[in-house]
Amino acid sequence: MQMTRKPSDITTDAKSGEVLHHEGEFIINMGPQHPATHGVLHLKIWLEGETIKKIEPHLGYIHRGIEKMCERLSYRQFIFSTSRMDYLSAHINNQACALAVEKALGLEVPPRAKAIRIILAELTRIASHELWWACSGLDLGGVTPFFYAFREREAINDIMEETCGARLTQNFIVPGGVMSDLHHNFQKRVKRVLTQIKDNLHEYDEILTGNIIFQNRLKEVGYLSREDAISYGCTGPAARGSGLSCDIRKLYPYDGYEKLDFDEIIFNEGDCWARYRVRMAEILQSVHIIEQLIDSIPDGEFQAKTKNVIKLPKGQFYQRVETARGELGVFIVSDGAATPYRCKFRSPNFSNLSAIPQMAQGAKIGDLVAIMATVDLVIPDIDR
Amino acid sequence: MTKEELKYKLGEISREAAFDETGEFLNVIIPSPELLPLIKPLRLNKEFYFDYLFCITCVDWKDYLSMVYHLTSTLHRHTCVVQATITDVHCPQIESVSGIWKTAELNENEIYDLFGVTFLNHPNLRRLFLGDQWKGYPLRKDYTDEHMILL
Amino acid sequence: MEKLHLLFVFSFSWLASHLNMWLRTGIGNSFLLLVTEMLIAGISLLAFLVILCFFLGYMERKVAAFMEIRLGPNRVGPKGSLQIVADTVKLLFKEGLTPDGSDKFLFNLAPFVVVVTSMLAIAPLAFARDFQLWDVNIGIFYVTSISSMAVIGILMAGWSSSNKYSLIGAMRSGAQIVSYELSIGLSLISIVILSGSLRLSDIIQSQANGWWIFKGHIPVLISFIIFIIASTAEINRAPFDLTEAEQELTGGFHTEYAGMKFAMFLLSEYINLFIVSAIAATIFLGGWMPFHIGNLTGFNHAMDYIPSSLWFFGKTFFIIFIIMWFRWTFPRLRIDQLLNLEWKYLLPISMGNTLLVSAMAVFGWYL
Repeated sequence: MQMTRKPSDITTDAKSGEVLHHEGEFIINMGPQHPATHGVLHLKIWLEGETIKKIEPHLGYIHRGIEKMCERLSYRQFIFSTSRMDYLSAHINNQACALAVEKALGLEVPPRAKAIRIILAELTRIASHELWWACSGLDLGGVTPFFYAFREREAINDIMEETCGARLTQNFIVPGGVMSDLHHNFQKRVKRVLTQIKDNLHEYDEILTGNIIFQNRLKEVGYLSREDAISYGCTGPAARGSGLSCDIRKLYPYDGYEKLDFDEIIFNEGDCWARYRVRMAEILQSVHIIEQLIDSIPDGEFQAKTKNVIKLPKGQFYQRVETARGELGVFIVSDGAATPYRCKFRSPNFSNLSAIPQMAQGAKIGDLVAIMATVDLVIPDIDR
Repeated sequence: MTKEELKYKLGEISREAAFDETGEFLNVIIPSPELLPLIKPLRLNKEFYFDYLFCITCVDWKDYLSMVYHLTSTLHRHTCVVQATITDVHCPQIESVSGIWKTAELNENEIYDLFGVTFLNHPNLRRLFLGDQWKGYPLRKDYTDEHMILL
Repeated sequence: MEKLHLLFVFSFSWLASHLNMWLRTGIGNSFLLLVTEMLIAGISLLAFLVILCFFLGYMERKVAAFMEIRLGPNRVGPKGSLQIVADTVKLLFKEGLTPDGSDKFLFNLAPFVVVVTSMLAIAPLAFARDFQLWDVNIGIFYVTSISSMAVIGILMAGWSSSNKYSLIGAMRSGAQIVSYELSIGLSLISIVILSGSLRLSDIIQSQANGWWIFKGHIPVLISFIIFIIASTAEINRAPFDLTEAEQELTGGFHTEYAGMKFAMFLLSEYINLFIVSAIAATIFLGGWMPFHIGNLTGFNHAMDYIPSSLWFFGKTFFIIFIIMWFRWTFPRLRIDQLLNLEWKYLLPISMGNTLLVSAMAVFGWYL
């Protein structure tokens, strides 16, 4: 509601005449450099005491114009620019692009490549959730969880390094399959990591989940109703904590997820605590998925034969995948050339961010940190 | 609802709608002034109930712009794509859908920033990524920048 | 043999009295003598505090590392013990920035106010048998009133920084310290009621036949727990570090401080940690009093041979360890939860507890 105010209540900038703030308003800028925003997110916050009245996100501090760049990159190259969007699910981003290209070409991916993709994608998801868990503990003031979660994350990163050659931006997926075959240690090490995760998960519960302070910080904080989650286009654990079934792996299966047995974790409370439990349960589901595949990776080719220069037929192609943070959509408009005519990435974090002002309405500053922690934003994915 | 049913029902709502069924989804192509009359029933009508706008973007086709709305329904799980054609390239304008789907607010800011499409009745239209002083709209095909390196 | 015994048990008082005698022979003027003795006491106290802070800094890192399944500092010096010296040198060489829009006088004054208030509170502490700088008859009252002055320095720092985060931090600190003062006061009062004196040496003497935490049964145990919780909040340590709250306020009241001025806040945090633990050790755990069990004379005699200073520091560091343990295992509370905890739980409980303790004192129900 806009209130009419006397001009004397308004403070303006001496040079530009721009309205800085109204009398009685307390505005703080959270970011672009702020420990809790995990990057260069800038939230302009209107406060009343400690209570948040309004939030306005200001973006673009890490805008690299990936969509514009993609218009000049070939279909083999543009996949790798997406690793730099959501760098914590880099592998899954690559998968989305490759799937979009394969869908447009009508290319059949060999079963071995599909299995490798899923295992790596689920490992990425676990690693991402580990980092989220570490950072949400950190955001709420507990430093210790960080080091506990990084044991498993490091182990997963080591596997990635051994097989893909990189720890964070793996770039392992190419149209038609994966770049190379698995490292011979792969199965052994993955199994070791899975046991390690299952053995250590109870420590996570002891250190954070069971902590009464932690629970009180999350319960009934940052409520997002199912209707709002839909209207804001929320996806991933942020929406599943509000009771919205939106797991792309279940709804629109890709790369053979339809053959696997796993549950979509849904909690109906809609608060931070629900989102927290969704992610914790998803770690176990990912472990379960990998366990089904790791002993039965099919033999055969790891890459389908493709032409050197990939040209997509004319048309519009949309492919979505479930990253660790929600639905990533790749929308390619092709005019038949060797580069995309237009490439749009529908990023999960962008939509989830737009719901944060709604969730934080009337909350405290400390709650905003809890909300951002449980929504788990990755800023380069928002700005692209 | 299947593609055919959707196509039939949508044809009843908008006489000017053209359809493109080549892709995965049903594409409905309409001129930009027809957007709100078409899209409001899509959201509100129980048999469509497209409550989930999962992707909203713009494509510059040089002589016209086309706004692309990917809609799906969490109730019926059917999907359709609405493409609104904006013919005025120099001063593109279209009605905002942020009153219908809240996610559109930030996304339309992004499109305004990168394509220069002005959204009518948008609550807070601003440049989202680039500074207020930025000249031009980078995702347009005719955008040039002195620092741009062309390979 | 007699001397050796003195060296162990009365080491500090023996040293102090000999120094006094030696000075008396050297300096005839009694005023000059007083000034010299004060100077010596002051300098040795400052040196002690610096060494203490070095040690606490090292201990905090090692405890944190222990909690976080890592090694902690292990490169500089033996077992990383010189790491803290290296850090101090780094802080010394850093530029002490003063922000442009700040109130420069208050901004530069605030760190000193904070450090001086925390140093003042160390005066009445008894470090060992008969070794006390200032055995004032209002000891506990003095300590509580001095420690509540620290909030002035913090408010000063937050206000003068001309930074909104600092201001929020300072305001939080004001609300927090003022509230938790009450619980601290009430839990200390329970011991004052039992021992019948505000003088710290009297309180220690009253525990000669058993520490209050054992003698006072459950009510004193409750006040001890309340004291530990409230004093953790009072000195702004996690989980009550809302005034700094790095993830919310980017550092709170000391966001704008750098270099040595920042180090002052760090220094005062460690001194406060020591004082709070020392007070808890003195009031509840018998200060330098050795641990005695009823009539086991042999055991009691063996305990007496452990120097009193060791007893004092052992107890103090035990409590410091507990407070550090809190810090590295608990997440932070929210501001309304923090105030709820005080006003809805701790304060009513400690009020009821004071009543119980008074009844105990009146009817002589303690040991």
